Amino acid sequence: MAEETQPSSRPSPKGQGDSTPAAGSGRPTPATGPRLASQGGAGALLEVRDLARDFDVSRPWLNRMLEGAPRQLLHAVDGVSFTINRGETLSLVGESGCGKSTVARLICGLYAPTRGSILFDGTDLAKIAVRNDMLAMRRRFQMIFQDPYASLNPRWRVERIIAEPIRSHKLIKDDRAIRKRVGELLTQVGLSPLDGEKYPHEFSGGQRQRISIARALSSNPEFLVCDEPTSALDVSVQAQILNLMKDLQREHGLTYLFISHNLAVVSHISNRVGVMYLGHIVEIAATRMLFDRPLHPYTRMLQSAIPDITMSGKARTPVAGEVPNPLDPPTGCAFNPRCPHAREKCRTTRPELLPFEGAQVACHGIHEGWVPIRMAETIPA
Amino acid sequence: MTETSRQAANPQPHPLPGQREAGALLQVKNLRVEFNTRRGTLVAIDDVSFDIAPGEVLGVVGESGAGKSITGTAIIGLLERPGRIAGGEILLSGSRIDNLPAAQMRKIRGRQIGAIFQDPLTSLNPLYTVGRQITETIEQHLPMSAAQARARAIELLGEVGIPAPERRIDHYPHQFSGGMRQRVVIALALCANPRLIIADEPTTALDVSIQAQIITLLKRLGRDHGTAVMLVTHDMGVIAETADRVAVMYAGRIVEIGPVQQVIHDPQHPYTAGLMGSIPTVGQDVERLPQIEGSMPRLNAIPAGCAFNPRCPRVFDRCRVERPHLIAANQTQAACWLHAPERRAPDAGQEWSQGAVHG
Repeated sequence: MAEETQPSSRPSPKGQGDSTPAAGSGRPTPATGPRLASQGGAGALLEVRDLARDFDVSRPWLNRMLEGAPRQLLHAVDGVSFTINRGETLSLVGESGCGKSTVARLICGLYAPTRGSILFDGTDLAKIAVRNDMLAMRRRFQMIFQDPYASLNPRWRVERIIAEPIRSHKLIKDDRAIRKRVGELLTQVGLSPLDGEKYPHEFSGGQRQRISIARALSSNPEFLVCDEPTSALDVSVQAQILNLMKDLQREHGLTYLFISHNLAVVSHISNRVGVMYLGHIVEIAATRMLFDRPLHPYTRMLQSAIPDITMSGKARTPVAGEVPNPLDPPTGCAFNPRCPHAREKCRTTRPELLPFEGAQVACHGIHEGWVPIRMAETIPA
Repeated sequence: MTETSRQAANPQPHPLPGQREAGALLQVKNLRVEFNTRRGTLVAIDDVSFDIAPGEVLGVVGESGAGKSITGTAIIGLLERPGRIAGGEILLSGSRIDNLPAAQMRKIRGRQIGAIFQDPLTSLNPLYTVGRQITETIEQHLPMSAAQARARAIELLGEVGIPAPERRIDHYPHQFSGGMRQRVVIALALCANPRLIIADEPTTALDVSIQAQIITLLKRLGRDHGTAVMLVTHDMGVIAETADRVAVMYAGRIVEIGPVQQVIHDPQHPYTAGLMGSIPTVGQDVERLPQIEGSMPRLNAIPAGCAFNPRCPRVFDRCRVERPHLIAANQTQAACWLHAPERRAPDAGQEWSQGAVHG
């Protein structure tokens, strides 16, 4: 990364708790070894505590008055807590409507949380009162969106798109220096500096996603929220983008929150995985642990539903039922209507996300010992 | 998985793929589809030939723009202008259907060939109940009274796994969830007992758990009714589970066709090998995925010779000048000069082998 992109007032990036913008070229690259699923710790960059977001989906006021219909709230995210350590990738997986994208948007400030707090580098984002402090904070995390056709302004040249975060955060003043920096960013993501002159429509889906990544990197962020960044892409292009994201993470010590519905992609890119169902995290564990020994019955179901490309003869376990209507979620454990192990307690009491042998899982049966624990390979056909 | 394990025991259920003239239900011969545009003629499908036997599932895979969906639409005669069939033949049970007048084609569509599309919401009319849409199709094609058609519609809805079909038949499409809607579309495709179903990305819009249910359903229906299925998808996992044979398309051509086991585990075309290698799998522990550099050429800039040659790690002189045709290669057929009789290569996949899918 270029030196001129660093605001001169920046202090040493070593301190974990400092709230001033850290990072850039001087930031130490964290070790990328296997990490424990343990929460918190000195390395936590982002901490989410009891995060919740409701959406008001009531009928219009007049209908409510005339028909006596009550207000209706959709609990899209309901009490989610996790931490992400510096330099690691945490993935959130789940089916449509489980709230994973809402979590991503809450963290980026695109939605305001109904409840709970988001701590970035020890600072509660909701408690930042000064606008300039918030701007400085915003520079440190960026987002990559799912649809590379909708997330780039078709009327802007690529150069202007990528330079927008630099200009809005006033990281570089001089236009020629900005152009130089954009050229470097384009090279970093595998495009040519000359591509800055073009418009988004001149690029394929994979190239557009590279442009999105270059834009996200242009403010020297430490943390990237990636909402399904490869699900609109073909598999060969997906491999290119995943490799690029891993390379950039290694080079710049980036921390990722990766949102996806694709378990194979998640198993490839992440250090830890959280599984979401109807607004709750039902299980969170180190990637290997989660795939070798899935605990929650929903995690097991998701895993056995992956198409088997190796054709080892393993049958998909057909799961009866669908995700319930989130407007009218089941009482107790949200998964109980589809769960083969459900008992009376599951229908009345919501399970807490509690530690279990190195992972965290929200399941009465696991904690009380009446759901048998199996390794992934031994799930019967 | 019973289907594929049976196949594993008997790796070659058919003689050489693509060469079964007798007994084929659908034959596509040298199909060419062109789009006339202001800037000249684009060739979307170029010299594509394959056939499907009764009861067989042929998977057609490829990345966006490879021409797989256009092939499906050409077969059911729904190509929209400016697209047109510019050459070749499509035969259903031995008689040509590519040059039929629209009125006659309409009788074949629905009766002989059913279609399932990606988005169940756009293939159903939101203004009519699902029951009305199904009975309309049944009465159109089969000699049944309204009461008989309704009884059959209820039976079909039950068969595709919709609970309480006698009540659900009077519901509108918006009252169904995505997975249930796709079941309705499948029931609609099945209602006149067609002999061939063209399923274009039938599970792409669905969540994995629902996807598994729909795949199981498609396989069971194909088995029970002896229906042939042409399954168009970009998802190799779905193909691996469902198809008997698979055709891999690239830039408007079939680059490899053969039994699904062989194509997935022992691909003979470098593109197939690269494609298979780039798919992440659970439990595979690699730092980087093997990747194919570059992207598929646009239709107006297909390179001379083999269309894959600029991205191919094993390219040699002949690939840049002469376009390869399908050549028998091991147990599949691959359009690749590596397999030309005068120059046999042992393993087309070796360049990508690091982290490949053999696991």
